[in-house]
Amino acid sequence: MTAPTKKLKVATTSLAGCFGCHMSFLDIDERLFTLLEHIEFDRSPLTDIKTTSPDCDIGLIEGGLCNAENVHVLREFRAHCKILIAVGACAINGGLPAQRNHLPLTTILEEVYHTSPGLANGMIPNDPELPLPLDKVHPIHEVVKVDYFMPGCPPSADTIWKVLTDLLAGREPSLQHGLIHYD
Amino acid sequence: MSQTFTLDGKTIPFADGQTIIQAAADAGVFIPHLCYHPEFKPHGSCKLCTVKVNGRHTASCTMRAAAGMVVESDTEEINAERRALTQMLFVEGNHFCPSCEKSGNCQLQATAYHLGMMSPHYDHFFPNRAVDASHPEVLLDFNRCILCSLCVRASRDVDGKNVFALSGRGIQTHLIVNAKSGQLGDTDFTLADKAAHVCPVGVILKKRQGFAVPIGERKYDQAPISETVGEGQ
Repeated sequence: MTAPTKKLKVATTSLAGCFGCHMSFLDIDERLFTLLEHIEFDRSPLTDIKTTSPDCDIGLIEGGLCNAENVHVLREFRAHCKILIAVGACAINGGLPAQRNHLPLTTILEEVYHTSPGLANGMIPNDPELPLPLDKVHPIHEVVKVDYFMPGCPPSADTIWKVLTDLLAGREPSLQHGLIHYD
Repeated sequence: MSQTFTLDGKTIPFADGQTIIQAAADAGVFIPHLCYHPEFKPHGSCKLCTVKVNGRHTASCTMRAAAGMVVESDTEEINAERRALTQMLFVEGNHFCPSCEKSGNCQLQATAYHLGMMSPHYDHFFPNRAVDASHPEVLLDFNRCILCSLCVRASRDVDGKNVFALSGRGIQTHLIVNAKSGQLGDTDFTLADKAAHVCPVGVILKKRQGFAVPIGERKYDQAPISETVGEGQ
């Protein structure tokens, strides 16, 4: 891998995810130093930058879409990143949050805020600041075009490393046996 | 076995009456499949084992081998079709691998890995399907059923019990249990039945052995499914 003259801008976010994929990303350990010779982080929980620059090269999306804000952030990433990558099960197929999809949303809100044991006079939150939940949780490819996918819950550090280094070297990412996992 | 056909340019010998997939397996060549199992009569429904014979698509589990056939299997075109079929199976059911006890031992998952399926591609149906925990030894999770009918064939042809059947048509097709209540607990099904051990996915699961083997150390974690040719599953 020869160092490019200009560092690639990488933005990352977690939508309806658990940040487990970001933790797995950090599991590349000391390879992060090598990576930082070739990339710089834009919007990411690692930098705490809140908006994406319009000229990002790679966007990493963890998590699916469970509310209106998730959709807004995803569309911003798609508009600002040349390459968009779905990272992990939730971004790819909805994952754990999508396990609510066979239940009506009203039933879920009722149970969480009204009928669960130990709740007294619970109220379903309706502050306008809160993003509205979607009727169902959706994978991100149902809303925007996604260029590459890294399956796994989470994808291993080696999988993340392989995809990123393939892209940095100008290759199509390819994952051999052991690096593709859905679990 | 003096008769032969070619499979992706390789000469494959076969005995009279053998199907293409049987002859290929004997020669150590893997053809992806889900509803086919070497111990049972072929069902020909999943279409994963589709090959081109003399340029025409056909299921290799039902097509008898014939001398001089020119068969194509491991081509970009056919594998793309297999991948699309696999993606449709994933979106039609609820295949949430991270919480599935069959993960790592699942033929659907291993086949998807083999075909390089990186995403479901299509929109998910997220169907509402039941779980049947009525049986003392076995759990049925219909969320993962791919309608391969292996349990139907095993229960009917080996166990002589007819515990399972496929009911409905087209997209409404679903697996049913032969009891007035529809519950497995009200049948004579036991863990000793062949039908308890043929499910290629995570529908028919032995209770109380969850995650005895950790994820990452299971069958298809050790070797890709293409290296298990002829084992059935």
